[in-house]
Amino acid sequence: MLNYTIRRLLFAIPTLLAISFIIFIVLDLSPGDPTGNLPLTIPPEVREQIRLSLGLGEPFPIRYLKWCQQFFINEPLNMIEQWTGWTIGSGERLRVLSWSTRSPVVDLVVERMPQTLWVVGMSQIVAVIIAVPIGVISAYKQYSIFDQIGTFISMIGFSVPTFFTGLILIVIFSVQLGWLPSVYDTTHRVTDWNSFWVQVRQMAMPTMVLALATTAQISRFMRASMLDNLNQDYVRTARAKGLRERSVVMIHVLRNSMIPVVTVIALGIPGVFGGAIITEQIFKVNGLGQLLILGIQGADIPLVQTLTFIFAVLIVMFNLIADVLYGILDPRIRYD
Amino acid sequence: MTEGALPAGQPVTGIVEAQSRSLWGDVWVQFRGHKGAMVGCFIFFAIVFLVLFGPMIHTVDPTYLDYRAKNSGWSLTHPLGTDNYGRDIFAQVLQGGRTSLAVGITAMLLALIVGTIVGVFAGFFRWLDGPLMRLTDLFLALPLLPLLLVVVMLFRDTLRAAFGPETGIFILIVGVIGVTSWMQTARIVRGDVLALKEREFVLAARSIGTPSRRIITRHILPNILSPIMVSATLGIANAIITESAVSFLGLGFPPDFPTWGRLVSDNQNFIGLNPQWAIIPAVAISLTVLSVNFIGDGLRDALDPRIRGR
Repeated sequence: MLNYTIRRLLFAIPTLLAISFIIFIVLDLSPGDPTGNLPLTIPPEVREQIRLSLGLGEPFPIRYLKWCQQFFINEPLNMIEQWTGWTIGSGERLRVLSWSTRSPVVDLVVERMPQTLWVVGMSQIVAVIIAVPIGVISAYKQYSIFDQIGTFISMIGFSVPTFFTGLILIVIFSVQLGWLPSVYDTTHRVTDWNSFWVQVRQMAMPTMVLALATTAQISRFMRASMLDNLNQDYVRTARAKGLRERSVVMIHVLRNSMIPVVTVIALGIPGVFGGAIITEQIFKVNGLGQLLILGIQGADIPLVQTLTFIFAVLIVMFNLIADVLYGILDPRIRYD
Repeated sequence: MTEGALPAGQPVTGIVEAQSRSLWGDVWVQFRGHKGAMVGCFIFFAIVFLVLFGPMIHTVDPTYLDYRAKNSGWSLTHPLGTDNYGRDIFAQVLQGGRTSLAVGITAMLLALIVGTIVGVFAGFFRWLDGPLMRLTDLFLALPLLPLLLVVVMLFRDTLRAAFGPETGIFILIVGVIGVTSWMQTARIVRGDVLALKEREFVLAARSIGTPSRRIITRHILPNILSPIMVSATLGIANAIITESAVSFLGLGFPPDFPTWGRLVSDNQNFIGLNPQWAIIPAVAISLTVLSVNFIGDGLRDALDPRIRGR
């Protein structure tokens, strides 16, 4: 298993390099001029100097290699320095700078990461808590009213776009009932129970919107996987030796059915980050997604490049986690 | 999906056949029995019909600014009222539906063509299998929504200059959605082609000297039609959602060119005052996608030979 994990990790490196190259090419092919938004009174020589200062003077392969060096070598070294307080080398390195804010992109990302992680992480936990019981019951009582309604609702969950559920929740809970705030306040600090409650309330809607979409998916997989397992011989054996129905379903069947579902959850997480782009826009959460939209609107190429690449890293990482988890949880799977 | 699998090849007994049955006749009979799919079909074709022929009956220009009638409620001239510029909501929704459906269907076709070609080539020619599947894996690992937004932002002006504001954006969005959503189709098609390639009738065709091109068009393609049809429905749903998400984020069509996503995005600021402005187009998106998904579900059941013909 360890062997397999290492092999997959090594294989992830060329994949990520290829992805970073594709992202770089796409952005580089773009016809836009980064100095296009500057005032027209700037003379052409100065404009050329600005372009040089943005690092645009070099040919394409050199710029790509420089970006790689900045992102894969300089930034990790900087992080190590910040965490440990050591100074490696001279401590003076070029960092990936955002064009619009002139600050290092990684700092911006670190600033915004917690909000996104909280919302996405909570939504996954909520989704699993809701989806697993629904899946179990609708499989155990196949074709019952509960199952039919569950199927219909999960179909709606698949089909309704996140921005619609977000708007509906805002209309109901913020406008009509006035229970929850429609705007996420990021400056809010949790210090006591009261402020904790405020935090819970402002996180409720973004979390629910993301959780609804995931719940629909997980509950369908849970149901299908339970149905596969309920007819297996080991279930008959468990019943025949006189186990209570409860422990047959909850221990024997549920545990085996969770195996494929866990991988589905892991594979879905990068998609949730994509959904988070829209959710953050609706609820004005200043997370990674909103940073990406800001970067896109401001034509801030280094920022967009780095963020897109971070999303790619997340996808590759979670694919890897899903495969490894599958191998650990199901001893029948042998990769070697 | 709704039924447990029956033993394959169970003989149909007790029914006296009145006339010969064709494969697609069987599929149709099975499909008709799926209630959700029939309702989905009805709603989807109703929406298509309304969107296609609605503007001929309701002839108000969706972009006409009638300031005197702004913010008006339900009336005969404006069945769903007007927005804050006095534009007719109903006409906007109809016009937006035309764009959204056109984008959805065209992008689906593009993704289907690319996916089928990649899948067939990867499955049929052994030496292409490795490279094409690695390519597919690479595309699956790309962060699609961010990349899509970036590409739309970067190439919008070029295409707008080349093809005009509406056509340019249309080509861009359809192209980008098509290029980023063919991977599932390619994988499914490749799997089916790999299995079909080893069957006797393909061997027979090859033994009488049929060239590969003819084997593919004559023997392989007709047999992989069912998974392609199922992924076509999923493709429409996916494309409509993606287009509306891009428009919602303000990167889609120009502001005076309504699409469903654009309407939701423009009107979300009035959600406290006039929620129906944003909710009507959002409901239209959801209903379309929901009905397409149900059609897909029914098709999958109808095309599954283990369930069909019971």
